[in-house]
Amino acid sequence: MSAEPDFDVIVVGAGVAGCITAYQLAGRGLSVALIDRGETPGAKNLSGGVLYTHPLQQVFPDFLQTAPIERRISRNQICFLNQDSSVAIDYRDARLDRDGTAVSVLRGRLDPWLAERCEDAGVLVMPGVRVDSLLIEDGRVVGVVAGEDELRARVTVAADGVNSFLARDAGLRPAPQPHQLAVGVKAVVQLPSDIIEARFGVDALEGAAIAVVGDCTRGVGGGGFIYTNQGSISVGVVLRLDDLTAKGLRSTEVFDGFLDHPYTERLLRGGELLEYGCHLVAEGGQAMVGELVHHGLVIVGDAAGMTINTGLTVRGMDLAAGAAIAAAVGVAEAIETGDVTAAGLAGYPKALAAGFVGQDLQTYARAPKFLENPRMYESYGPLLADALHQVFGLDGSARKPLRRVAMDALKGSGIGVGTIVKDAWQGARAL
Amino acid sequence: MKLPPIEARLAGNRFVLDEEESHIEIDQELARSTGTAERIIACCPAGVYSRRPDGEVAVEYAACLECGTCLAVSSPGALRWRYPRGGFGVQYREG
Ligand SMILES: Cc1cc2nc3c(=O)[nH]c(=O)nc-3n(C[C@H](O)[C@H](O)[C@H](O)COP(=O)(O)OP(=O)(O)OC[C@H]3O[C@@H](n4cnc5c(N)ncnc54)[C@H](O)[C@@H]3O)c2cc1C
Ligand code: SF4
Repeated sequence: MSAEPDFDVIVVGAGVAGCITAYQLAGRGLSVALIDRGETPGAKNLSGGVLYTHPLQQVFPDFLQTAPIERRISRNQICFLNQDSSVAIDYRDARLDRDGTAVSVLRGRLDPWLAERCEDAGVLVMPGVRVDSLLIEDGRVVGVVAGEDELRARVTVAADGVNSFLARDAGLRPAPQPHQLAVGVKAVVQLPSDIIEARFGVDALEGAAIAVVGDCTRGVGGGGFIYTNQGSISVGVVLRLDDLTAKGLRSTEVFDGFLDHPYTERLLRGGELLEYGCHLVAEGGQAMVGELVHHGLVIVGDAAGMTINTGLTVRGMDLAAGAAIAAAVGVAEAIETGDVTAAGLAGYPKALAAGFVGQDLQTYARAPKFLENPRMYESYGPLLADALHQVFGLDGSARKPLRRVAMDALKGSGIGVGTIVKDAWQGARAL
Repeated sequence: MKLPPIEARLAGNRFVLDEEESHIEIDQELARSTGTAERIIACCPAGVYSRRPDGEVAVEYAACLECGTCLAVSSPGALRWRYPRGGFGVQYREG
């Protein structure tokens, strides 16, 4: 060792992954620095906004009472959107509200709260600092470089988000491929609470989350989302980059089309734009995760591609939190034993695999491949609407039995029965 | 709802402009020959890239929302893109 470390642990990135890792390590009595390039923590971060709370409740037992939560999501809708029609599944459950299973959040409020909890736990929070690279000596990560400064630590945590430049530039991770990434384009639209509650059919403090498939992306792999906050709506699209570039569409054109679609327009009418943003989503699932530990370094959250997109839910924040819990276990163990080699840090991947993050990544390992199926975005929405039009679109012509209705809709769609059965089977296996 | 054009749309965001340094550099030659130019113009949600009358790509780096999409779709070497210096660039209030 050339120089004494300045900290036991340096965490780069004050998002969900970095804050929770830092918080837990400080709680174990270690000296921790948490660095973020934003003017304040959270200033660079954006998500759709539905947070599954169980790992946060595990770390902060008072999370539901004290965190800046927008609404408890008690109503989930899945909507197949076509040009002139839509078909939705509507799921409400009092249990979701009672347990606070999922809540809507805005990162501009959640992340500063998390960073504050870190400060209370003794973490040195350093906003407004961009880390330029990892500090590497003899193949070991011994800290970070920021401008003229070198900061040394026993273990460095790369929680720097989906672009993962720190590990990438050090040759420790490959650059993600366009099919493993999607761009999310989002607006936050202000509306009075009572209007939100009336339009989305929820009570005060309760919220709705709508996942949209189909015309919202003009057939590009991905989907749309409409989530309720306390006094605003989060609305956006997620577009897979390989498909977006192949179709040659402009991301803004797709996004604008979704906001202007009558379905969306009715929900947003009269609203005022508060903020417009975009951010990449890791879409590669388990195949994208790769090596999580190196000598002196662990990688957590989006920096390790830990997001699961099932087409109906984008989950990244809960996985980031779950990974942070596992990483804190591994890092604390390594520092305690004085072995910060990849082998010494192996407690992290082990804890991760045993917990819900590893298990869910495994369960949904086939999802990315399944979601590359273009029929998901182009064919099934119109097929459903055509079948329902046969049932509800009474016009004096004689009705057909339901099985004929289904067969006719199928014929009209040009998809064979065999293909549907195959897609259904693959969907059931992937999701 | 209809949103205003990009510049007006970004007017509600908070930006801290780095007057001294652009975080985006483009190799015009490579951007043209590899098709990177079309891809980044189409993909960027902030309208940072546009075609100049002389065919080169103009870069309005101050409007960048720092997603990294342009880098992900560009051919190797056509674009040098990194995060702005600490404290500069877009600062989301909602997120
Ligand atoms: C449009 C969209 C919708 C989504 N919807 C949902 C959803 O509904 N539910 C859900 O759970 N997840 C959702 N996600 C995914 C979720 O946002 C991410 O998985 C989550 O934010 C990952 O957290 P993180 O802490 O790993 O990374 P981030 O939140 O990206 O944090 C990384 C941090 O590192 C900092 N940083 C990066 N590089 C440096 C550097 N060099 N120096 C200093 N600081 C640096 C950044 O400023 C940032 O604060 C969505 C994502 C998008 C884009
Ligand atoms: S990072 Fe995103 S917002 Fe910035 S120029 Fe690239 S694509 Fe546009």
